[in-house]
Amino acid sequence: MSGPVIGLTAVGLTYPGPPPVPALRDVDLEVWPGEYVTVVGPSGSGKSTFLNVVGLLDRPTSGTYRFDGVDVATIRENERTALRGRRIGFVFQAFHLMPYRSAVENVSLATLYAGVPKKERLAAAAQALERVGLAHRAGALTNTLSGGERQRVAIARAILHRPSLLLCDEPTGNLDSDNAASVLSLLTELNTDGMTLMVITHDGAVASRGQRSVTIRDGVLC
Amino acid sequence: MLKSRFRLPDIAEEALAGLLQRPARSILTMLGTTLGVGSFVAVLGLTATAGGQIDRRFTELAATEVTVADIGVTGSTDSAMSFPDDASGLVEQIGGVVHAGRWWPVPLTEPSVSGAPGITSRAGTPPIIAMDPSALAAARPTFTQGRGFDAFHAGRHEHVALLGSVAAANLGITRLDGNPAVFVDGTPFTVLGIIDDAARLPDLLFGIVLPAATAYDLYGPPTAQRAEMLVETRLGAAAVVAGQVALALRPDAPQRFQVTAAPDPKALRSRVSGDLDVLFLTLAGISLVIGAIGIANTTLVAVLERTNEIGLRRALGARPAHIAAQFLTESTTLGLLGGLVGTSAGITVVVIAAVAQDWTPLLPTWAVLPAPAVGAVVGLLAGVYPAQRAARVEPVEALRR
Repeated sequence: MSGPVIGLTAVGLTYPGPPPVPALRDVDLEVWPGEYVTVVGPSGSGKSTFLNVVGLLDRPTSGTYRFDGVDVATIRENERTALRGRRIGFVFQAFHLMPYRSAVENVSLATLYAGVPKKERLAAAAQALERVGLAHRAGALTNTLSGGERQRVAIARAILHRPSLLLCDEPTGNLDSDNAASVLSLLTELNTDGMTLMVITHDGAVASRGQRSVTIRDGVLC
Repeated sequence: MLKSRFRLPDIAEEALAGLLQRPARSILTMLGTTLGVGSFVAVLGLTATAGGQIDRRFTELAATEVTVADIGVTGSTDSAMSFPDDASGLVEQIGGVVHAGRWWPVPLTEPSVSGAPGITSRAGTPPIIAMDPSALAAARPTFTQGRGFDAFHAGRHEHVALLGSVAAANLGITRLDGNPAVFVDGTPFTVLGIIDDAARLPDLLFGIVLPAATAYDLYGPPTAQRAEMLVETRLGAAAVVAGQVALALRPDAPQRFQVTAAPDPKALRSRVSGDLDVLFLTLAGISLVIGAIGIANTTLVAVLERTNEIGLRRALGARPAHIAAQFLTESTTLGLLGGLVGTSAGITVVVIAAVAQDWTPLLPTWAVLPAPAVGAVVGLLAGVYPAQRAARVEPVEALRR
């Protein structure tokens, strides 16, 4: 696709009051395919709100957000949901894996709501697990995996459907330094393969792994 | 346009995975529905089984019985017997009649009855009953010894008698090989047989039975207690026969008779079930409601517990409707499983109860087949509110935790 993956123009989000809280103000940002962008900011700076807007989990109250060339203000809720499911891969601090289900099953959930038959989903999930170096743990229940392994499973789930954007929220927040390092190098590898990455973090070391870093403070990007 | 989908097999699988996350809790949740559906099946099955039992006893005896009472002329003191002499013959001409005959208590006040001249019975005076031979046949007697009287004895006005087993014991007559006689006010009657049982007139066991013609000769027509006629019909003919008996007996005065046929077994059965069912079905209904509340509660707790999962699914492209569908499927499955287990348990109870009573277990299909579906409906209804709650979960909130 030619054109930016993310195109934010004067985007703002104010939570309705009383009193109204402006969480994002006048944000302009473009992220092009293949970029690795990190967003840094202390807690309370509006990072989460920013993530929700970029991840199509919340709608901006002002400005224009074009994702993959689509102005998200013009599409309906269900379409936005589908767009989020198909084009964005989420990686969360808390992994959000289903307990009592195997790694490969968890990964296969990525295309569950795209209506892909189970067989195909499982085959693709096995490939994705191989890609993150966890082929040998495919059948393991997620509650038996280590933190680093869990985050790798979560990354495999996020890249299964080849999204336009891999959106990571504090991906190393719950990991020790060894596991954090290996997860970060996996992200770099994925970016080398052409994946567009946005990593949101409060950790300067994590932020430095990106090609460029933007800072958010009091709801303003700088 | 991009659209999220949630294919049916996937819904089923995700719902099942959700239930299996907490198997023990799922089983406990099922219990309420299991109890409710189980009691429904058990109550309806037991009632049908008991009702079937009533039917069978009914068919054997009562359904083939018609009784005709001589009520005379209302308002008149005329005590003449309304039955003609050949009453048996007249009624037996009606299609469907097997035996028909009159019987009445012989009008003797304080007779002296004894097993030998000059000796009175030990236990008071047994009732003396006059019967047509065909009335005797209709009473279905069985004999410990000897035999009944027949048209020959009646035609010749023989002085013969039958003894009920109780009366015989009281009179001290236990064997017939010496041709014993009973003496009624000194008149001897040769004892033909000792009645062991009389299915339609058990009172005969306490009495002395004489042929009607003999008794009429000696003691005249009935007075205080009027005559009755006992009719045995073929199976299914009772109602039709009952409609014709009075006219056949006395075309000139059919209103002198009151004819009673066995009540409709169906009516009897529904009366029995009516009394019993209401209470137990109410209890079953209450357990179903409790089961529904249990499912609703568990599903609601699961929704709150699995907020993260809901948020993740929303992030992966699930619409609110997809979330609702999954939780509805979970609660419906719980209800259905509860219903299936309950149905099996109910059937088991009915079969065991029937076997214990030596009865034939009857299970009404209209109650058993839809029973699991009742459980499913309970689960579905119970899931509505939790599913709504789940559908309203905001992914933003859910993922923050």
